[in-house]
Amino acid sequence: MIDRSLSVLKVALGSFKGRVAAAWLLVVIVAAVFAPLLTPYAYDLQTLSQAFQPPSASHWLGTDEFGRDLMTRLMYGARTSLSVSVVAIGLSVSLGLVFGAIAGYFGGRVDRAITVVVDLTWSFPEILLALILVAIIGPGVTGTLLAIGVAYLAQFTRLARGQIMSLRSETFVEAARSLGASDSFILAHHLIPNTLAPVLVTAMLATGDAIILEATLGFFGLGAQPPTPSWGGMMSSGTAQLFRAPGIILFPGLAVALTVIAINIFGDALVAAMDVRSRERKA
Amino acid sequence: MFTYVLKRLLTLVPVFLAVSFVIFMILHLIPGNPVDNLLRVGSSPDMRAEIEAKYGLDRPLLVQYVIWLFHVLQGDLGTAIVARRPVATIIGGALPYSLQLGGAALLFSSTLGILLGIVAAWFRDRWPDQAIMGGVLLGSTLPSFWMGLLFILFFAVWLGWFPVSGVRGWQSLVLPVLTIGFGGTALVTRVTRVAMVDAGGRDFVLLLHAKGLSPLRIALGHVLRVALLPVVTILSLRIGWILGGAVTVEVVFARPGLGTTLIKALSQHDYPVVQACLLMLSVAVMLGTLIGDVLQALLDPRMRHGHR
Repeated sequence: MIDRSLSVLKVALGSFKGRVAAAWLLVVIVAAVFAPLLTPYAYDLQTLSQAFQPPSASHWLGTDEFGRDLMTRLMYGARTSLSVSVVAIGLSVSLGLVFGAIAGYFGGRVDRAITVVVDLTWSFPEILLALILVAIIGPGVTGTLLAIGVAYLAQFTRLARGQIMSLRSETFVEAARSLGASDSFILAHHLIPNTLAPVLVTAMLATGDAIILEATLGFFGLGAQPPTPSWGGMMSSGTAQLFRAPGIILFPGLAVALTVIAINIFGDALVAAMDVRSRERKA
Repeated sequence: MFTYVLKRLLTLVPVFLAVSFVIFMILHLIPGNPVDNLLRVGSSPDMRAEIEAKYGLDRPLLVQYVIWLFHVLQGDLGTAIVARRPVATIIGGALPYSLQLGGAALLFSSTLGILLGIVAAWFRDRWPDQAIMGGVLLGSTLPSFWMGLLFILFFAVWLGWFPVSGVRGWQSLVLPVLTIGFGGTALVTRVTRVAMVDAGGRDFVLLLHAKGLSPLRIALGHVLRVALLPVVTILSLRIGWILGGAVTVEVVFARPGLGTTLIKALSQHDYPVVQACLLMLSVAVMLGTLIGDVLQALLDPRMRHGHR
């Protein structure tokens, strides 16, 4: 499994596009994780005399309307935006795998019940689902996290269900059953590990969408509440300063855009690499 | 055809019931007493009693839902807490702006997207295709509200061609439509390109070539007709997404539509308005899917008769 993932990763990093995308993602992750070590400023330190500074050596991207360093807020914003999106997608992947596995493996009435709910939510745009959930849970980090997690649940349940259903009648499952393996053992040791690769790639691409959704909710003022910075929240407060300091909006938006594009390029490279692998295996 | 539409409409009834139940439950799932959530702080006991009686708040939950649904279906959406006006009036005022924007954006993205998709498929793997697909990647990954802000910055603030926000005349519709249209066009272009390439590889195209028809005539007269079917399918499934995009973009351009109303009500905890907006948007998504299905049935007679 690890060997296989390493070889896929190698092929994905083989292309120039894949390398650039991976490098950018690494930069963002490092900036998010090590933000307190990388910047001398605090994200919520207001120095009104320093408001609206243009980019300079001491403030690489300038300052906002409260004199806070934009670069610092961008790095701390990456913390919020990335962790919320990743944890939210992690939530939908794990719940989706459980629901999808149950529906796909056991079939029957459980399957029909799960499928009805999945089909129902499937037809609604994620932003609408997320807004309904935020209305119930309330704004803030927890609210957006759960809202995004539930909004993408249908996608992963559907994917896992399809995968499990197609694997259920394979010979190796029959062999395991004839050796006396229980349903839960077959699911945990044979079926779910075999669905992981497509699910993880989809999860990566969905994380890109989740970053946009998180930024959108943040832009509406429903995400992380001030002074905690998030990319969407920064743009939300920046709209009032659009004429005076467009940078407050430009830079966080650029961060969202570049990160999402990098995730898409890298995800596509992974898909292509996995295709190469399966072709080699067949040959 | 009529029976087909009727059948599809009937399948929407359980969906509507399920969605409206979830939206109804918002009031009971949020912290606090539903009566308090429907009234201003410090309302008189008389008003509390009136609300309790109107919505039967002492009855079982399912009965409450039926009472609420009954009011909603009669157009009584309650009274807004902050604005102190009937919610139906607020929604009625906001709806035209959203419909205008959503309709114009849909028209824009489908026309331009199909056009670009044909061009990209025609020049497959050559530079026009690569340029268009590069734009598609941008269109499908850039957050729409950020695009909107960029458009405001370039076209409204620096060039001064269009108004920054608000709803004064057709000019104020241009930038919001472009903003939603950017993402929408990307989607339609991608689907059209794939469908054109796919349909272009079928046997009947070989026959048309053998008959000596010009490649352009084959592409536009024959391949396009086959390719449009999947395009309509995807487009119909995505009408809701385009409307969802409208919610975001309305906020950016301060258009007084459903999206702006919803976000404002959410931050003011004005739950009757929140419920009404969510209900209207959900119904719009459902109707969008229905229209898509009907269009598809018009294009593909097999659908109508259930051969599928």
